[in-house]
Amino acid sequence: MDSIEERLKALFLAGLDGDAGSYREFLDKLSGHLRGLLRKRLYHLQDHIEDIVQETLLAVHNGRHTYRADQPLTAWVHAIARYKLMDFFRARARNEALNDPLDDYLEIFASSDAEPADAKRDIGKLLELLPERQRLPILHVKLQGLSVTQTAQLTGLSESAVKVGVHRGLKVLAAKIRGAS
Amino acid sequence: MKTQDLVALLAADVTPVDRHILGKRFSWALLLGGLGSTLLMAIGFGIRPDLAQVAQTALFWIKLAFPLALAGGALWACTRLARPGVAVGGAWLAMALPIAAVWLAAVMMVLGTRETERAALLLGHTWRVCPGNIAVLSTPGLVAVFWAMRGLAPTRLRWAGAACGLLAGATATVAYCLHCPEMGVPFWAIWYLLGMLIPTLGGALLGPYLLRW
Repeated sequence: MDSIEERLKALFLAGLDGDAGSYREFLDKLSGHLRGLLRKRLYHLQDHIEDIVQETLLAVHNGRHTYRADQPLTAWVHAIARYKLMDFFRARARNEALNDPLDDYLEIFASSDAEPADAKRDIGKLLELLPERQRLPILHVKLQGLSVTQTAQLTGLSESAVKVGVHRGLKVLAAKIRGAS
Repeated sequence: MKTQDLVALLAADVTPVDRHILGKRFSWALLLGGLGSTLLMAIGFGIRPDLAQVAQTALFWIKLAFPLALAGGALWACTRLARPGVAVGGAWLAMALPIAAVWLAAVMMVLGTRETERAALLLGHTWRVCPGNIAVLSTPGLVAVFWAMRGLAPTRLRWAGAACGLLAGATATVAYCLHCPEMGVPFWAIWYLLGMLIPTLGGALLGPYLLRW
């Protein structure tokens, strides 16, 4: 367990310094752990697990600047996952909000599940709803792998507008997910 | 979109993260909120004319120390509530201590005063307007601190909103001290605190709506 925490933390910290490969590996492993935990705890909500995993990944990404290196990564991730899960329950306005299936953060890395089910909600479709100055930067930089400079030339936006577009766009995307669920 | 595609999307072209962003956001919020409250106080209520004289008394600085200490505690609580999975911890104590100290002093002063003079000590001359004035002065700070918090990742929104409100209220009270003529400790213990609790309550009510992310 502790070694998982240490390994994931090393990957995440490298990601925070701009190492895309480590960051991707971190998110990959994290989605496995989240899926494993949620499948075990939310047996009656199997259909929605992939949605919650995706929502949590997006939240981890959007909130990654609030992580402090001297803090257990487990506790940080757990608080975000729990927050997103409560959000999901609130949106469903179900009684499930009363019992907290993620009451113990030590368990967050205890299991892993690499087999994703299909997400019910398509983030790709929600992406299309974003305004152009956010959608195009995400499309070119994040999906097609173009550089910020190339995207700027292609879209006629300034380089800082491209960066801001990606950053804001992912936050708006999280808000759209909240509105859609 | 499949989860692995989302992971690829999020990991593509990541830029290094600014590790000091939390401190920067709250610094800006305090600067702008503090300036806003002070300006509003100077224009709306006016700086007390005898400020130069009272600034030479210890009591004036003790009066200023109360909201300053509370602002420090509230700021600490804000920075902890802005990070997922961090307990408020010692920040509770940092907020409770200044209140406890002022209340202790206030109770001792009231007990040491003759009963006929107690009402004057508790109510001063401005008790009717004091909490409302502080609440009005806290609005620029409330906007600024909520802005700072919105860019971070609070997961306990009601508490985070309340801490934002207390920080704005305490900053506003520091500014109000430059106007307010009241120099009785029991007056501060009641009416200053009440004034700070109004934005605290407002923050707690607004938090779940404005701080969602």
